[in-house]
Amino acid sequence: MTKVTMTVNGRSVSGEAEGRTLLSAFLRETLGLTGTHVGCDTSQCGACVVHVDGKSVKSCTMLAMDAEGASVTTIEGMANPDGSLGTLQQAFQDHHGLQCGFCTPGMVMSAAALLAVNPKPTEAEIRHHLEGNICRCTGYHNIVRAVLAASGQDVSALAAE
Amino acid sequence: MYNFDFIKPETLAGAVEALAGEDAQALSGGQTLLPSMKQRLNAPATLVSLTGIAELKGVSGRAGASVTIGAATPHAVVAAEAGAFYPALADLAGGIGDPAVRNRGTIGGSLANNDPSACYPSAALASGATIKTNIREIAADDFFQGMFTTALEPGEIITGVSFPIPEKAAYAKFQQPASRFALAGVFVAKFAGGVRVAVTGASEGGVFRWTEAEAALSANFSPDAIAGMAPPAEGMIGDLHGTPEYRAHLVGVMTRRAVAAAH
Ligand SMILES: Cc1cc2nc3c(=O)[nH]c(=O)nc-3n(C[C@H](O)[C@H](O)[C@H](O)COP(=O)(O)OP(=O)(O)OC[C@H]3O[C@@H](n4cnc5c(N)ncnc54)[C@H](O)[C@@H]3O)c2cc1C
Ligand code: FES
Ligand code: FES
Repeated sequence: MTKVTMTVNGRSVSGEAEGRTLLSAFLRETLGLTGTHVGCDTSQCGACVVHVDGKSVKSCTMLAMDAEGASVTTIEGMANPDGSLGTLQQAFQDHHGLQCGFCTPGMVMSAAALLAVNPKPTEAEIRHHLEGNICRCTGYHNIVRAVLAASGQDVSALAAE
Repeated sequence: MYNFDFIKPETLAGAVEALAGEDAQALSGGQTLLPSMKQRLNAPATLVSLTGIAELKGVSGRAGASVTIGAATPHAVVAAEAGAFYPALADLAGGIGDPAVRNRGTIGGSLANNDPSACYPSAALASGATIKTNIREIAADDFFQGMFTTALEPGEIITGVSFPIPEKAAYAKFQQPASRFALAGVFVAKFAGGVRVAVTGASEGGVFRWTEAEAALSANFSPDAIAGMAPPAEGMIGDLHGTPEYRAHLVGVMTRRAVAAAH
């Protein structure tokens, strides 16, 4: 075991990790941040997406030790400081962008990465960007509406389905 | 996944030394290696991360001449930065997998792995790129040696890839919708001295040059020059996603699309 130190949601944290400890396992099991979900564990579904130094990555496909010294943001870091839902989270709730909620942490983190570089994405850009995030419930439509709404755009043009 | 020691050197020399150890393997973006280790298809004793080595990262070039990409440069950076020199290469990088894969996966890892469905090998082969390692330079024509096989020796590290810049080029990929890898992908590059066409995703032998199309396109660079043409179905991959005949047909279609899109 080796001590790994990183900044998670603005706080410096340390924990023990083996070589094979995945970032997803380190976040969930060592730090108790179970908001990051592991859906497939085969790099396909995007449920485990977090930000590492500002970039979206699949935390099931990165070693905890490779994140030594990095700045990591998880879904727990997306709420407002008072604990209320952040803009993007609230938009998912308002527009029914989730049903079972399993994919939602990854969806929110991927969408946040998009909005950071493209504050007013088109519907096509949103769909393209979320290609690596799989949802088995919603049919994606309301997820796209939620991201449009969170970026301050009119969603009425997008027909309800 | 079996356990291993993890080392993250800051210099190329440090990585070369660490990789000389028994059962040591390079780790770049991990987007291929970590999934295969989870499946226990691979169980190195030591993983040597290349992503902390500054000299292996970055995009540099001379307009109209060549562009060089450091081996540990993620696809997303190539997509964002190579366009100024080689737009078709940037387009290809921006179409690999999904954004999270592009933020970690690297060009060096893709070429070293030589997956028969990977995108970059077709760009390297069609462009006549040079693969640079810690000990030598290898022409793309000599580098790819069949599915998952390359000219790399054990412990040899790709440090960068240099692409000559064609007059016109494009990559056309027919995505396998679940994995987003190429079911057939064709990179076409038109140089003053002739046209090169490299095909990925389709052949049992991995990436290959479709010389018949190259000859026709060198004479007349237009989709009409290869109307109705397809490589032989023999030797093409047949699996649940498509028969060899389907893949051969797709190669013809993708080549025509790439020629039409070349810029
Ligand atoms: C969901 C998903 C979708 C994908 N879609 C596509 C796609 O559409 N097209 C595509 O082309 N790829 C795709 N990929 C693969 C992806 O591009 C990988 O990132 C890439 O193939 C391997 O690069 P890596 O940096 O992750 O390498 P790693 O996984 O770290 O390493 C791969 C192999 O290369 C060796 N290696 C790594 N770097 C070097 C080096 N510098 N010198 C020598 N050996 C080295 C390693 O030892 C290992 O054997 C996808 C992957 C995933 C998970
Ligand atoms: S759990 Fe990481 S991609 Fe599915
Ligand atoms: S809400 Fe259930 S998987 Fe997306």
